[in-house]
Amino acid sequence: MSDEITQKIRAIIAAQALIEPDDLDDSASLETLGLDSLALLEVVFAIEEQFGISIPFNANDSAGQSFDTSSVGGMIEAFRGLIAKSA
Amino acid sequence: MKRVVITGRGSINALGHDVSETLRGFRHARAGIGPLKIRDLARLGIRIGAAVTDYREDAYFSRQELALFDRFTQFALLAANEAVSESGLAPEGRFDGALAERGGVILGTAGGGLGTQDDNFRAVYKDGKSRVHPLVVPRLMNNAAASHLSMRFNLKGPTYSVASACASSNHAMGQAFNLVRLGQSPVMLTGGAEAMLCFGGIKAWEGLRVLSPDACRPFSKDRNGMVLGEGAAVFVFEEFEHARARGARMLAEVVGFAMCADAGDIVSPRKEGAVRAMQGALRDAGLAPESVGYINAHGTGTRVNDRSESAAIHAVFGAHARHLAVSSTKSMHGHLIGATGAVELLACIMALDEGVIAPTVGYRVPDPECALDVVVNAAREAPVEVALSNAFAFGGLNAVLALRRV
Repeated sequence: MSDEITQKIRAIIAAQALIEPDDLDDSASLETLGLDSLALLEVVFAIEEQFGISIPFNANDSAGQSFDTSSVGGMIEAFRGLIAKSA
Repeated sequence: MKRVVITGRGSINALGHDVSETLRGFRHARAGIGPLKIRDLARLGIRIGAAVTDYREDAYFSRQELALFDRFTQFALLAANEAVSESGLAPEGRFDGALAERGGVILGTAGGGLGTQDDNFRAVYKDGKSRVHPLVVPRLMNNAAASHLSMRFNLKGPTYSVASACASSNHAMGQAFNLVRLGQSPVMLTGGAEAMLCFGGIKAWEGLRVLSPDACRPFSKDRNGMVLGEGAAVFVFEEFEHARARGARMLAEVVGFAMCADAGDIVSPRKEGAVRAMQGALRDAGLAPESVGYINAHGTGTRVNDRSESAAIHAVFGAHARHLAVSSTKSMHGHLIGATGAVELLACIMALDEGVIAPTVGYRVPDPECALDVVVNAAREAPVEVALSNAFAFGGLNAVLALRRV
């Protein structure tokens, strides 16, 4: 199950970054992918829609972000956790 | 150029149904934010707002009027009634002579008749109705409030509405200021009105994930977003000599205005734009930065705005930045979007006219990124000669007004 979910998440992030999922480096930061705060909002929205979950993300959270957005790999893990929790 | 003074003010917002209730709220640091009571609340993630409460539209308007008056128009009319009444310019409730011929109305609103749209979209899309009320268009149009003010008060000069998101009413008041000082109009009704607290309005804002689920805490390190408000404030801007000749009470003088665009990002504010707008307003007023005693900040309570605005204030005022009082009254009346600058002008006038600075309530933790003399949690008594009112809108649109004590 993990592979399929991971692939879907990767596809969503890659689509925002305008690259192929295979070219998505897990260690890349949002910044290096050219994803700004609005793109992150769109990623969160797409994942909510795709998996029918609700992600507690507030753009004003400073420290202790409700989930890790520092790298692609971190985000995938965070999203996977939220998806598993809602299953 | 002519001088321009404010001789009347009116408001309805979460702090009260008139100016005196609003000012009492400012003085007592009362937050008008609470649980919303609107349709389909259970389907919203954000369930708080700064709503106008204890409000029954049929207590103020007839059935025929309500067919034409969206909630934002109702708010504008109530605020304008109070403003015109305070000014004493239209004892019979209607302007006449040269004032009627050349006086006008410029109001800011971002959403216009959003509630009317929401209700009627629901009727046709969700409830499957195949027709809507015949007056939906004149009820929802963005200029409806400005037009109804012109009709009610018989003002036949320049009349229109301005939409620049959160800066709408500052842009509107800046335009009115310019018309009066250029001698094109002897008197203008100006301000803003907004009624966005409907299901569709809040649902759209939720998407941006900038709303706080609990409170608006501008400049506090633990701030977590903005809280939407609603209401209106309307002012009478009058040419100084006209006001003096009739012995009118002058609440404050409007001395400067500047507007500019960031040409940057559609949602993130740029410090440079805020700097240019504040500097422009001071230059327009012919005032040194050191003369400013109070800034009613845009202060939305988002991380980004408050940090950027604080940096801009430091850039404009240098060492004086720490010697002027700053507050964001959005912590009490919420963010009224297109009407917010108008309600906030009431705080500027209170500071100049009464020497009382309205506070930023809900403030808990100092933020080194917002190192200013923020008036927190209680109103402060201090004489103020000059006040600035900041508005920095989505879309990078900035509008700053400068007011002076009369």
